[in-house]
This record gives sequence, structure tokens and C-alpha cells, in this order.
Amino acid sequence: MKNIKVLGTGCANCKTTLKLIEEAAKAKGVEVELEKVEDLPQIMSYGVMSTPGVVVDGKVVHAGGIPPKEAIDSWLGS
Amino acid sequence: MNTTKAIDSTQSSTSRSNLGVWLAGLPLATALWFFLYWHLDDFANAVISVFGLTRDTHLGEAVHFFFFDTPKVFLLLIGVVYIVGVIQTFFSPERTRALLAGKRLGVGNTLAALLGIVTPFCSCSAVPLFIGFLSAGVPLGVTFSFLISAPMVNEIALALLLGLFGWQVAALYLGLGLSVAIVAGLVIGKLRMERHLQDWVRDIHAGNAVPAVGDEMSWDARLRTGLHHVREIVGKVWPYILIGIGVGAAIHGYVPQDFMVSIMGKDAWWSAPGAVVLGIPMYTNAAGIIPIVEALISKGAALGTTLAFMMSVIALSLPEMLILRKVLKLPLIATFVGVVGSGILLVGFIFNTVL
Repeated sequence: MKNIKVLGTGCANCKTTLKLIEEAAKAKGVEVELEKVEDLPQIMSYGVMSTPGVVVDGKVVHAGGIPPKEAIDSWLGS
Repeated sequence: MNTTKAIDSTQSSTSRSNLGVWLAGLPLATALWFFLYWHLDDFANAVISVFGLTRDTHLGEAVHFFFFDTPKVFLLLIGVVYIVGVIQTFFSPERTRALLAGKRLGVGNTLAALLGIVTPFCSCSAVPLFIGFLSAGVPLGVTFSFLISAPMVNEIALALLLGLFGWQVAALYLGLGLSVAIVAGLVIGKLRMERHLQDWVRDIHAGNAVPAVGDEMSWDARLRTGLHHVREIVGKVWPYILIGIGVGAAIHGYVPQDFMVSIMGKDAWWSAPGAVVLGIPMYTNAAGIIPIVEALISKGAALGTTLAFMMSVIALSLPEMLILRKVLKLPLIATFVGVVGSGILLVGFIFNTVL
């Protein structure tokens, strides 16, 4: 099972990103462990400068803005 | 990292064929834009004649004002936001940080203030950005220049000022906004306030490499990103603009021209400091404040006082201080407010004296 973290201090874009990933995972029938990280020191420990950031299995794959749908699908893999 | 690479390559291979569409579409769109811009007055006249009004009446003048200014402001907003949106694809925060790392005070501050205009920036990312810059070796003063310039000198403010007051005021705002950001950053840098960062911030070292978005983008994707930018910004600010211009149109001719002269006119020396102090607890974006600014100026408020008010509302805000409190200790926040506030105040006085 993939572990996906959305990094963000709670702005609108972060919530949208979380929702998009949730929906995409449901549509594909992929089981994911989705987490929202709001703690600043923890966000910074990933070296992300613009939120929302997305971390898949401990690796930063996206930073800044709502990710495009193709990107989300590729994180969920096949 | 591997995943993002994979997406980039699939995106550019499917979209390369679309570049032709853009190359044909952009000149067409530009031509249409200029055609519309040159016929704004005809359009507004046509609208009032449909209603059976003339510009000799208060109502006719108000309706003309609304139907002239609204399309004008939206055309400028779309044009400017699109161009800036495309430019921004070349400046990810990661690249800006790399450009600024290790730069000395002075050159670094100027560069930081300029990059603040073209680096995509969302106020909710201000704190991660701040720490990200510091941890990569960007000096504190240079980081502040960026953080002051980025929200204050932005494409929405410039497009609206251009539409409502002409290019001279827009250029003055650009120049003075940059000056405030550069000088305030220099002062904060000289004061050596690094010890007033919260302890956990000082302990963070340069983070692991983050995939820099935008380095390998195709032109097709850049042009498309500009369009996304327009949709996002215009979709967010259009109600404010409509309300602002509507209010402006309604008071056009009904409120006496010199209504604001005694309160915010040139001769009231205390009006500029008053405007700055009043602006600090207020928080709104450029789109919300500029129509108010226009109403104030058309009723006799001095330009310097009004621009000081606008800068204070956008650049200094209580919610932002509360977020910054997590990374800065109180003396540094107080210095930040004091230095930026004085800079804005100076701008207000200079404007009022020179013009």
C-alpha cells in the first residue's frame, strides 16, 4: 500500500489537492494511506518551499499548486 | 523524482503537436484584444443608447462609466496576467532561491525584489518559502526584500492601476514598491537580526533537493500555464472588481468632488501616517482595495496618501504577522512592521510633495 502525504498549512489549495488524490484513488480502486501534514517544522524537513507539497512513500514528487490529474494518476501507479 | 520525469516526457510528447495551434491562436487572440481595446468607447456609447440615455445626465454618465471601465479593466487584467503567467513558468521558487543564495546585501536585495514580481507566490506559502530561502544560505535581509515585494508588487495591482489610472501611476507604484522592498530588506539585513528567528528555524539546514518544476517545460506547456493562471486569477477577483467599479460608477457625479479633500487631501499632513496605521489591521488583496482607492482619489484624496494606504493594506496585515510569529521572534516582527511602515510612509509623503 502506498503512503501519500500532502504537506500544507491548511490553505484552500492543500485541501483541494487532498480531495483530488482521494477521489483519484477511489476511482482507480487503489488503496492508499493518505495523510495531511500541517506541522511547519515537519513540512520543512522535506525541503518543500511552496505548498501544497506531495510526498509518495517518503519521496517528494510535487511542490506548489494543485497537481495536474495525470500526475496524480501516475503516483497511484498501476 | 523518477515519477515526475516520466510525466514530463509523456506530457511533452503528446503536446508538441499542439504548439502549431498556439502559434496560430496567439496572434489572433492578440489582434482581437487590441480590436476590443480600441473600441471600448464605442461599446459604452452603444450600451447607453440602447437604454435611451445620454451622457448629459447623471445616470447616463454612471452607466457609461460602468460599461467603459469594466471591459477595460478585464481586458488589461487578462493581458497582463497571461504574460506574467507565462513568465512565471521560468521562475520556480527553487530557481529563485538558487539565484539568490549567497548574494551580498545590496545586489541581492535588488535582485530579490525584482524576482518577487515574477516568481509564482501564494501568501499561504510565505513561511515555507521564508525558511527555504534562509536554509539555502540566502541572507535574512535579502529574503525580506523578496517577501515584501512578492505580495505588494504583483500583476493584479499593476493591471488594475494601469486600467484605472494610466501607466504613469502604475510605473510609479512599481518603482516605489520595489524601492520599499529593497530598502526595508537592506535595513533589516544591516540590523543583524538573525538571532531573533525562532530556534527551530535556525536548526534547519538546506533541505534535500526538490524536483524543480518548470525547468524542462515545453513552450506549449508554458503557454497553457499562462491560460490556467488567467482562469485562476480572474475567476477569483472578478466579483471584487465588478463591485468596486459598480460603487465607483454609482458615486460618479453624486458625491461632491472635494468630499475627501479635508480628510485625505494634500494639506492634511497627518493623513499619510493615519492611512498607514489604518491599513495594517485591514487585509484584502489588490483586487479588493484598488476600486476603493479609485473612489477615494476621484473624490479628492491625495495620490500619495491613497497609495500609502493601499501598500499598507496589502503588505502589512495582522493574519500574516500571526503566521510569521511561528518563525520570527517579536523584536524581528516589530522591526519588520516598523521598517516597512516607515518606507511606505515616506513614499506617501514624497508623492504628496512632488505631485
